[in-house]
Amino acid sequence: MTHSQNHTPSTEPSPAPTTTRPPTRFRWRTLDIVIAAVLGVVIGLLFTFWNFAGYAGFMALDALTPGFGGLVAGVWLLGGVVGALIIRKPGAALFVELLAAVVSMLLGSQWAVETVYSGIAQGLGAEAVFLLSRYRRFGVGAAVLAGIGSALFAWTLELFLSGNIEMSSQFLVIYLVCLVVSGAVLAGLAGWALTRALARTGALDRFAAGREVRGLA
Amino acid sequence: MTGATASAAEASTAASAEASAASNARTDPVAAVNPLALWFAAVLYSLPLLTSVDIVSGGTSLGVWLVLFTALGITPATIVKRTWPLLLAAPLSGLSMLLYAEPGGTVHVTWWLVTVSDNSIELALAITVRVLAIGVPTLVALVGIDPTRLADALAQIARLPARFVLGALAAVRLAGVLAADHRSLAQARRARGLSDTRSLTGWLALAFALLVTAMRRGTMLATAMEARAFGSGERTWARASRLTRRDAVVVALALGIALAAVGLALATGTYRLVGSGGGA
Amino acid sequence: MNASHSSRPARVVASGWGWRHASRRLPAVSGLDLVIEPGERVLLLGPSGAGKSTLLAGLAGILGDSEDGAEAGALTLDGAPAARQRGRAGLVLQDPEANTILPTLGDDVAFGCENLAVPRDEIWRRVARSLDAVGLRYPLDRPTAHLSGGERQRLAIAGVLAMSPGLLLLDEPTANLDHAGAAEVRRAVAQTRTTLVVVDHRVDEWLGLVDRVVVLEPAGGLIADGPPDTVFARAGSALEAAGVWVPGSHPLVSRTPPGPSPSSLRSSSPDETSDETPDESSPRGTLGPVCRSSPADPPLVTAAGVAVGHGGRAVRKDVDLEVRAGESLVITGPNGVGKTTFAFCLAGLTSPLEGEVRASAQLAHGTRSPHPHRWRAQQLLTRIGTVFQRPEHQFVARSVRDELAVGPRLVGARDQSALVDELLERLRLTHLAHAHPCTLSGGEQRRLSVATVLATAPRVLVLDEPTFGQDRTTWTELAELVAAHVDSGGAAVSVTHDDDYVRVLGDRRLRLEATAVAQAVRA
Repeated sequence: MTHSQNHTPSTEPSPAPTTTRPPTRFRWRTLDIVIAAVLGVVIGLLFTFWNFAGYAGFMALDALTPGFGGLVAGVWLLGGVVGALIIRKPGAALFVELLAAVVSMLLGSQWAVETVYSGIAQGLGAEAVFLLSRYRRFGVGAAVLAGIGSALFAWTLELFLSGNIEMSSQFLVIYLVCLVVSGAVLAGLAGWALTRALARTGALDRFAAGREVRGLA
Repeated sequence: MTGATASAAEASTAASAEASAASNARTDPVAAVNPLALWFAAVLYSLPLLTSVDIVSGGTSLGVWLVLFTALGITPATIVKRTWPLLLAAPLSGLSMLLYAEPGGTVHVTWWLVTVSDNSIELALAITVRVLAIGVPTLVALVGIDPTRLADALAQIARLPARFVLGALAAVRLAGVLAADHRSLAQARRARGLSDTRSLTGWLALAFALLVTAMRRGTMLATAMEARAFGSGERTWARASRLTRRDAVVVALALGIALAAVGLALATGTYRLVGSGGGA
Repeated sequence: MNASHSSRPARVVASGWGWRHASRRLPAVSGLDLVIEPGERVLLLGPSGAGKSTLLAGLAGILGDSEDGAEAGALTLDGAPAARQRGRAGLVLQDPEANTILPTLGDDVAFGCENLAVPRDEIWRRVARSLDAVGLRYPLDRPTAHLSGGERQRLAIAGVLAMSPGLLLLDEPTANLDHAGAAEVRRAVAQTRTTLVVVDHRVDEWLGLVDRVVVLEPAGGLIADGPPDTVFARAGSALEAAGVWVPGSHPLVSRTPPGPSPSSLRSSSPDETSDETPDESSPRGTLGPVCRSSPADPPLVTAAGVAVGHGGRAVRKDVDLEVRAGESLVITGPNGVGKTTFAFCLAGLTSPLEGEVRASAQLAHGTRSPHPHRWRAQQLLTRIGTVFQRPEHQFVARSVRDELAVGPRLVGARDQSALVDELLERLRLTHLAHAHPCTLSGGEQRRLSVATVLATAPRVLVLDEPTFGQDRTTWTELAELVAAHVDSGGAAVSVTHDDDYVRVLGDRRLRLEATAVAQAVRA
């Protein structure tokens, strides 16, 4: 790792009209990697909990209703959104969501290796939204869009992974709408609120995401 | 310390490591395979099966694995221990298909959006079996994996970026520490007069407190890792991760079983490409 | 011993060096000029917030880049910037848990070597030598989770030594350890031949190991610099005022028992409490009779035949104890014998595996059970309050003020706002009323955690390692708060391995040993 100090960090979320982009903006520090990994592990534990706790009600909802189960699926999309909101670097959404999926699979997930495929798709969905903003927007709007992006990718993958493509079109439409709403709220809004709450504790002081909220940037 | 004792210590460690690996291999044949090979095998195995929703390919491959596992001495108890969430969930995935799949053939029940037809019954059975066929062997292979060996393999063989692999490995170790933190946090909330209600808000507050603790531990961990020159440039690996013929056999076997099962389904005319709407 | 693979000791030069963390407006260190010659062993002191840890991190080259903060001046090892020579200096952190990186012993020691691209054969030779140097003799595949705190710190030192650093940096390496663990760590450090910089509030223990004391000034620059004797003779009182534990000078804490007994100033100095040493189970010496509660009063809490443990397995059995009003009781013993778990049983936070913990009828009045662990959480607030070892575990609110108001609100106290104001004032936290509790410094967090418990005026106070890692100022405040609580008729039970604390507040002592059946020693 090089130690460079001939530039200032970009902590500005809005697309500032800068001519020279700081070279470190996209470089992952050790701290970024470790915190992303810890987020992945903790969110993986949350997934595992959700797999079981959310299950009694959710699984019945999912199996017995035409797609309303998608309403609670947003929790599984949280990793990508929160990862990107905190780390703000390319690949963060994918890394956190994928690691969370792997952890939840290894702790016992009903979807086995398919969990990992879902993790990749959901992470990429959120990643795509932040990529489109060129990793400059990390507000509530971007968070909600990332939740929706994640939901869209998840829905698409499940067409094949769960054979959903064989479902009736009513089911697929209801499921899509529910998943998108859930992604926007449970992953997007909740992820954004979670990041701000974390920032207020000072736990994110070494991240632009934390310093902004605490007025330290 | 003299060189002689150093090398003696080294030799004894190497011996003990080998011995423990050997004893692991005896109790769990999966542990003798390189974790990366297991992952690769799981992926290659799952892909052919995911192309079709039919009962033959899934049923065949699941049957072959169960026979194989028994022959290898993996007990049913081990299999159930590693796969029980899957065993509970598989029928439910079928249920959804049964009720809402695109109708085809004779329609048995219709109510609001629910339509149970010949097609949906066939799909429901096939999806349930497929979930089991993909899930059971992959979970048996992957759940017991040693994170350290996997990290070694991912970085040395798959050439994934070492910083990310090791960061993830160190974070996985923290999970154990967080279990103790969770206990302490729950006791602390009781001491503050708060834990009586087993409410959702209480649970969320505890989960959030755990996340804050995890972030702090992560920050300290990053400092400790950098204090040991982590990420300063090229690195070496204390333990080599290598692929052996055994690993190649496992991968070939996994892919072979999946292809054979799919081939059987094609031969018997039951193969049903996902999304082809075969029942119509 | 391990010198065979240590590289040349490093020379440290700071010239006008400073660092401002990106999250702070003011620099943590500024205008520092300092030269440390190769092989020198320096004890680095200074009040809280003087930037000791920042300087160590700077020397270790891990402060980061412009995303993390702004640097001024130069900090060099052997003439080259410290930040470009990671691995030339090795840093051991205060929290043993934080120093452990990988799941097994051998891998953890090898980690630093791997990062420095040491060839594989050489790595394992260094691992064996380093573990030998710190006296850790376990198989390399032993899980790090099974090590004690002291063993973990020695493991961390081994991990650093394996990198063959020219500079060894220790940030309060023994603050979380019991006596035996701390001694083990110091023995391991004594074996090294590198340049050494150690930060520690507890000066006495390091005096035999260092040949120079440097005291940082919070505003920048140095308060004192020189051989230990000279520094403490010349700047002793200034250091004391700054919170440094100056050797031979122990804080005085006023103890005023209720009733006819005269008040006394109790010193934490071993000399002034006759021949006793706190870890011996001898009766207390010279401080006169303590009759705080009449023997007729039943004990507030009684433990009888209690077994405690983790995960259903008992680590201690048959512990008997009575907690009496007006008495401060301390529980000592090595790490891992179940002191904390036992104290939490007394506090009603967990149930004993065997035996019973029973509250007096007076204390249990208004609850449904004589057993504190069966009480509702809210009922604990005015009866038994617990101060945790890690203050941040106890924080449940978003600001210091809200944090203090949680308890009073739950018990429906009158004049909650005035009560909170008074506590803020008393614990010097008023200026932080709106800050998030987790953003406070270590000493402030400790004061706040005690204040949140005192806010509901519990009769019994249970404290788990209340003084660990605290500077002299915070230490004295804490001891005075506990003393005042006890002397006004409350009871306190403290788990500690702090000798000074035991001398001042050990009215009665329970030492839990690793093997024998525990017994309370009457003072």
